[in-house]
Amino acid sequence: MPRRSDLQKIMLIGSGPIVIGQACEFDYSGTQACRALKEEGYEVVLINSNPATIMTDPAMADRTYIEPLTVETAARIIEKERPDALLPTLGGQTALNIAVELADSGQLERYGTELIGASADVIKKAENRELFKEAMSRIGLATAKSVHLRSMEEALAFADRHGYPLVIRPSFTLGGAGGGIAYNEEQLVEMVEAGLGSSPIKQVLVEEALTGWKEFELELMRDHNDNVVVICSIENIDPMGIHTGESLTVAPAQTLSDLEYQVMRSASIAAMREIGVETGGCNIQFAVEPESGRLVVVEMNPRVSRSSALASKATGFPIAKIAARLAVGYTLDELTNDITRETPASFEPAIDYCVVKIPRWDFAKFPGADQTLTTRMKSVGEVMSIGRTFKEALQKALRSLEQGYDGLMNVKDREETDSSLFSLEQLKEILPLPRAARIFTIAEALRKGLSADEVSCLTGIDGWFIDQIFHLVEFEDKLRRAGELDEELLWQAKSRGFSDSRIAFLRGTEEKVIRELRHKYSIYPVFRRVDTCAGEFEAYTPYLYSTYERGAEETAVPLNGTEENRGKVIILGGGPNRIGQGLEFDYCCVQAALTLREEGYRVIMVNCNPETVSTDYDISDCLYFEPLTLEDVLNICHEENPDGLILQFGGQTPLKLALPLLEEGIPIWGTSPQDIDRAENRREFALVVDKLDLWEPAYGIATRPQEARKIAEKLGFPILVRPSYVLGGLAMRLVYTLEELDIYLQSGPPISSANPLLIDKYLEGAVELDVDALSDGEKVVIGGVMEHVEQAGVHSGDSCCVLPPYSIGTQQLKEIHRQTEQLARELNIRGLLNIQFAVRGREVYILEANPRASRTVPFTGKATGVPLAGLAARVIAGASLSDLGFTFGMIPNYYSVKEAVFSFSRFDNADIVLGPEMRSTGEVMGIDSNLGLAMAKALLAAGTPLPVKGTIFITVADRDKPQAVEMARSLWRLGYNLLATRGTAAALRDAAVAVEEVKRIGEGSPHMLDYINEGKVDLIINTPAGSGAFSDGKCMRQQAVQRGVSLITTMQGAMAALDGMRALQQSGMDVQCLQEYYSC
Amino acid sequence: MVLFRKRRKGGAALQTLLVLEDGFTLKGESFSGKGEVFGEVVFNTSMTGYQEMVTDPSYRGQILNLTCPMIGNYGVNEYDSESALPQVEGLLVKEYCRQPRSWRARESLGVLLDRHGILGVEGIDTRSLTLHLRRAGTMNGALSTIERDPAVLLRRVSDFPGITDPDLVGEVTSQVAHPWTERSPEIVIPVSRRETAVIGEDLHVVVYDFGVKYSILRSLANLGCRVTVVPCRTSAAEALALKPDGILLSNGPGDPVACSDVLPAIRDILGRVPVFGICLGHQLLGMALGFSTFKLVFGHRGGNHPVRELSTGKVLITSQNHGYCLQLGEESGDTVPTHINMNDGTLEGLENRGLRCFSVQYHPEAAPGPQDSTNLYEIFVDMMQNKA
Repeated sequence: MPRRSDLQKIMLIGSGPIVIGQACEFDYSGTQACRALKEEGYEVVLINSNPATIMTDPAMADRTYIEPLTVETAARIIEKERPDALLPTLGGQTALNIAVELADSGQLERYGTELIGASADVIKKAENRELFKEAMSRIGLATAKSVHLRSMEEALAFADRHGYPLVIRPSFTLGGAGGGIAYNEEQLVEMVEAGLGSSPIKQVLVEEALTGWKEFELELMRDHNDNVVVICSIENIDPMGIHTGESLTVAPAQTLSDLEYQVMRSASIAAMREIGVETGGCNIQFAVEPESGRLVVVEMNPRVSRSSALASKATGFPIAKIAARLAVGYTLDELTNDITRETPASFEPAIDYCVVKIPRWDFAKFPGADQTLTTRMKSVGEVMSIGRTFKEALQKALRSLEQGYDGLMNVKDREETDSSLFSLEQLKEILPLPRAARIFTIAEALRKGLSADEVSCLTGIDGWFIDQIFHLVEFEDKLRRAGELDEELLWQAKSRGFSDSRIAFLRGTEEKVIRELRHKYSIYPVFRRVDTCAGEFEAYTPYLYSTYERGAEETAVPLNGTEENRGKVIILGGGPNRIGQGLEFDYCCVQAALTLREEGYRVIMVNCNPETVSTDYDISDCLYFEPLTLEDVLNICHEENPDGLILQFGGQTPLKLALPLLEEGIPIWGTSPQDIDRAENRREFALVVDKLDLWEPAYGIATRPQEARKIAEKLGFPILVRPSYVLGGLAMRLVYTLEELDIYLQSGPPISSANPLLIDKYLEGAVELDVDALSDGEKVVIGGVMEHVEQAGVHSGDSCCVLPPYSIGTQQLKEIHRQTEQLARELNIRGLLNIQFAVRGREVYILEANPRASRTVPFTGKATGVPLAGLAARVIAGASLSDLGFTFGMIPNYYSVKEAVFSFSRFDNADIVLGPEMRSTGEVMGIDSNLGLAMAKALLAAGTPLPVKGTIFITVADRDKPQAVEMARSLWRLGYNLLATRGTAAALRDAAVAVEEVKRIGEGSPHMLDYINEGKVDLIINTPAGSGAFSDGKCMRQQAVQRGVSLITTMQGAMAALDGMRALQQSGMDVQCLQEYYSC
Repeated sequence: MVLFRKRRKGGAALQTLLVLEDGFTLKGESFSGKGEVFGEVVFNTSMTGYQEMVTDPSYRGQILNLTCPMIGNYGVNEYDSESALPQVEGLLVKEYCRQPRSWRARESLGVLLDRHGILGVEGIDTRSLTLHLRRAGTMNGALSTIERDPAVLLRRVSDFPGITDPDLVGEVTSQVAHPWTERSPEIVIPVSRRETAVIGEDLHVVVYDFGVKYSILRSLANLGCRVTVVPCRTSAAEALALKPDGILLSNGPGDPVACSDVLPAIRDILGRVPVFGICLGHQLLGMALGFSTFKLVFGHRGGNHPVRELSTGKVLITSQNHGYCLQLGEESGDTVPTHINMNDGTLEGLENRGLRCFSVQYHPEAAPGPQDSTNLYEIFVDMMQNKA
């Protein structure tokens, strides 16, 4: 049956801000769905609170609502738009939960909106473990023994019957939030308590742990004619007990015989039918007991997932796009395979390569957090790599991570010790602990002579994978010992995936030497296609990976394209998501690619992050799924011989390659690498600032601790300290006293002349502003100015900001414009420039300049309706701003508020305090013509809903007390009940504000935590007093996060929230789409 | 049992040369001994099931190139063979795994091949070879650890007569009629199978062995059928004398035309008892019903081929292994096409209700491949019980 003609308008729900467990893979699926539905001629209504997404680009959907993702907001949009159908299966768990609630509350029925893709019943059956288990037993499939419970007594009783370890999973949470494995009663009690708190339906599952079993996932698709295909099998290298998002995985499965695989395949198809997923994608996880092959179904997601994004990239089969088409009535056999063009989509991809995924963790950002990997996700991103063999793919994946690994190195782990220093006995103790860098420990243990069997036994990882690592370790030894690195040996190393730099290390030489040797022997990679069919049919889509093989890729469709065009340009992507560099940069890369294609350029994309839209083969003319290292990029340049290479959209990743690429003679488009360096290098930049006669905060550079103390005393406290090369403010601290500085010097990264410490005078009371500007070398246009709500000192990525500025005078804004223009000209900017200013009174200081697309470009673009990244791409390619008709910035007559979103609930022991080091994982946006409402929307979207009435708990540092008193008075007048601890309460009583005093934790029950646990608090305003790690404040903040109580930790944030609450009381929230904002 | 063998002492790998009849040459290293073989070079895109493939008699006369790059990972075991011994002339893989890891493994693939003197070669750029065969078509080739000069080997390939004429079926068929009782191991029972799996008790099926895969026989035994395997040149009278309730025409190697001498027997059987043909058996049944055959450019070999079941419009994902095809459009009388390959529109199944026979070009017994079509054996049982 072709597309349904009874539907005209379809609503999609996005997944909201990036948090750990729900990342940009849902932007990928949502964007595919938007494009597919629009191509089919439907009017698409979209709701998503995340401004960094590509799907919320106003060109993607017809009606784009950047509004909080709540049931109420969604209902209001449905009421206003009256869509014929709602498609909830492409926006992750968030979208699914909202859809179920909308259906249950009768809202969908009321407005005649049909749920397509999956019905509410199906969703419940798949997600409710009891219903799921019943369904599985009906078709004869085994599941783990388990019980659903709502009380501690039941949990203890189950433990008595089945023993430990036990898995605890709260129902309906993202990425297993709040879950874990309990090995004893103490852990069980702790986890069940936390789980009951975090589950929206206050229910947890306690289950026998299948720890150590092999884990597999299958990605399936089904159409309404009951055709089912399996798109991909994925094998988790790490065994059960580690969340699949935390596991190294490989596709296709490597250790199953055909019979074992086919039984699993048949089981998955039967399960999908039994659950009743009518159309679209689903993901089913299995566990296999290694000694017996016993098969157990673990769980099922009746929607596209992180794994389906991986499966799409791994096979070339666009699951989300096909799912959207199936939801509107097509069957699989009516759709064609984009890549082969002649064969139908009703087939199962055949893979003739190996795909490896490795998660990326940023534990350094969460000091104190437990780094053991469990059933709860803690990784912030992932990389995927493609090679002809597992060995090659594994080594490519390791270097894709951009964490300094160029192979199976000895790496410093948590103890800050080189694992090569460990004895064999120590390694044996460490190996069973699943931790982020375990693969390196495995390699080291094998080097030290532990057998593959022993390692397999200690880690629970299938011996096949350990053997592969052993072969690499063995080959490293061969490389190290060989007298001469001859052509054959070098070839063998390259075909095993060894990087030039790893070979250089093993041979005691430089990467460049190996590169030159390779060129001398003419050892270059060949580029192979991801074609869905293992070469059986002609592939028309250039989706490529590199490998070292002797044969050429014989094809009738040339790799490099033949059509006439204006030039060939490579765009380097942003690599794995991490804190400080995420989806925002992918947004810029995608917009640049689409714009340049429209302009007639042949666009080549390079990236290695499977969650992204940029690695969708539809976005560019040619996609290289490759690591973003100098070696890999140079190989692509050698193959493609591009007219230009664009670096400024992918964040720091490509920028780091600017100078080395220039040295190799690669034409760089946009701002020159030398000018980039002038902006990035602190000393050089100071010269620029001096030359232009601008101000920056007084600073010093220390190469020894003693020097640091001297500089600090000269500048006067407070000061900001950080290592000289930082990303996302890593290891950056605000320091108030000499004692604090000493602690930092002892515990922070070591200082040397190679790694100097930057010390800035901290401007107290200053307002920080972010400017995104665009320059063609002549003209400079300001895309947007954002005012930060929090004071300078909170990392710009973590602070709440407002566009246009709300408290800065015209005089200062004019000055900011003038300085931006001056800097852009001086730095010869071609393309984007982001500058951070601090304004104190009439003084304007420059904090830093980034000669590239910034994290705020997508937000600025959406707040103003100007596609900044696209315009920048055209400027970089040679257009002038006058050509583009972009000669002055747009200042909107409504407010857009960007608020940061954190994933603190993932880390039990990490404190929740904003500081100079960025720790947020995502962002949301609130828009309204009223600033207070825009603020309230942003906070609601960030999971910090403001109460219209109720109880607010205030406890602030002494320095904030005067301001807190005024704020409390306003809150009291608005009718809120106030709670406070002794000091704050006294201050409020003195000012004649009614307040109830609450005991501190040490002062006996009921104390402040009891109030929070009992749900008596609607909002907490707490500004931290100092860095006391075990203070009451820290306990309370953690409790608030675990219990989901709104928490504000800065005075400025609280003042903004006050405006929000006032506005909420006056008029409720209303919804309006971007297209409406732009047209008025 | 020998699980694996260490690399040859002295370390030198055994260089092996592959030369196709058009001069296309690749180098690799043998992982199973020495030798020189000739055959038709074909590729299979399945991602699992090397043990089933190398032991499938339909590959007799062929050098098999596996597109799945890593082979040998789970070894070989006592259940997954499709005949008593490896049947391929040679096996080409990208990377061979010497140390299998699986709870079911009994020995390594290399040891199995070596024992039967079959060349297994790794280090082959299997994708280049596949793309070449796809464009240039299936062709003859030679594989040698002995001859180092491609030109010399190319001359020998040119002299190789190919596999169109020889009696490959005669090589692989059973010599005498014999019963078959073995069922699939427990693990194979798919969840979708009817509760009452044993629906064919008291039925006697005679299987014409043109190179039958064990899984076909096991599929019948699983349903409770009594199975007798007979040599390919058994006459109709001899077969019918066994008083079968139905006759199955099995898969097998080579060009169906080379097997034309069995057509009279099939024609005699038709209409007397229900007949079910699979792969070569399907082609022979079709020929008996008046179809001609043609050779596909590079065949259908893999586990992901979509086939449309015409009666329901549904798509089946099938296991395929054939180089020849019946010519669609040549059906006559009551014979109707039942299945069509959705990639290239070729005929995948036919039936003649009047003559109570049906056949499929693909492999409903899977092994290797998806188990979507195992119900065809049940349909055969129904037909034998006069239900269909």
